[in-house]
Amino acid sequence: MYGKKVKLRILFLSLALLAAVLTIFLILKSLEENVVYFKSPTEIKNINELSDKKIRVGGLVKKGSILSSAEKINFVITDFKNEISVSYKGAVPNLFAEGKGVVAEGFLKDRNFLVAKKILAKHDENYMPPEVKKALENN
Amino acid sequence: MFSFINNSKIFSITSKAPKYVFFIFVIVLCIGLIEALVLSPKDYIQSHSVRIMYVHVPSAWIAVGIFLFIGILSFGSLIFKNKNFSIISKSLAPSGLIFNITALVTGSIWGKPTWGTWWAWDSRITSMLILCLFYFMYILAWRIIEDKTRADQITSIIAIFGLINIPIIKFSVDWWSTLHQPSSIKLMENSTIHPSMLLPLTLMTAAFALFSILIFLMKYNTELIKIKNKGLDRL
Repeated sequence: MYGKKVKLRILFLSLALLAAVLTIFLILKSLEENVVYFKSPTEIKNINELSDKKIRVGGLVKKGSILSSAEKINFVITDFKNEISVSYKGAVPNLFAEGKGVVAEGFLKDRNFLVAKKILAKHDENYMPPEVKKALENN
Repeated sequence: MFSFINNSKIFSITSKAPKYVFFIFVIVLCIGLIEALVLSPKDYIQSHSVRIMYVHVPSAWIAVGIFLFIGILSFGSLIFKNKNFSIISKSLAPSGLIFNITALVTGSIWGKPTWGTWWAWDSRITSMLILCLFYFMYILAWRIIEDKTRADQITSIIAIFGLINIPIIKFSVDWWSTLHQPSSIKLMENSTIHPSMLLPLTLMTAAFALFSILIFLMKYNTELIKIKNKGLDRL
């Protein structure tokens, strides 16, 4: 149906694209540690060596764990398997709340305690009006 | 192949189309904006800042969609040496870039009140930035390269390599942990956006798509006129 040249061009382009896709795949695979934005408490538990570098831990704020005083806020990040306590000085974002997603950036003191320098709220993919949320909660 | 496409026939259609497209665009945009800013409810947790979504999400969709289209057309342009494919791709690029920048800027404005930061180097946001760089490269290559055939080839190659980034953008939120929330609208499952919020989202997407078509038609007509008056090929 197509000429020989067209066929050769199709072959060449598919090979070039395949090579590029594989290259990108391998690069991303080997960089996975750095591509992820945060680690879960379970992953923190399983790391071999604690480094003194800045690290991000993400998960949900454990219900009933927020203790805030005038200058400091303490809470627990959980992924329902493991937990990590976080201590932070400063203002938290508006969406920071119990049971909601959070990413804390800071330094690990040990496997169970993080001194945060920055708190980010992580939003989930659910959007609905307040009335609908209320109706859902009542059910 | 594709020799049935007659430029003067196309031109007689595309030169008349913009005013109709503009008319429909204005109507859809007005209804969309009223829905998005006034009639749609506020979110249970984000309150009114959820309204940024009605600009942010459609912009991102259009930017990714246009690049996907350019990439596929570039295959056709390289394989079949078809001039029309590359002219169409070239005319599509500017609106794609505009919406890519819009998505990044509105995302940043949305990120500050919700996440607590203007920018995060997570995989979704970074891959959108890379898409933006590909748009810049693509458009610049058309401007820089004097030789017509070479410009066709090099821009097509840029677009095809940029194509690899598209699935990375789409699936970044599933493959890696990101600050960006996962997709609310999925192919196989129910969407997690309430229908009352889905309506303005759809309308704004339609409005932005119409705007892209409008800009595309204007740019495409200019390209056809440039080809007609050879010598005026590069402005």
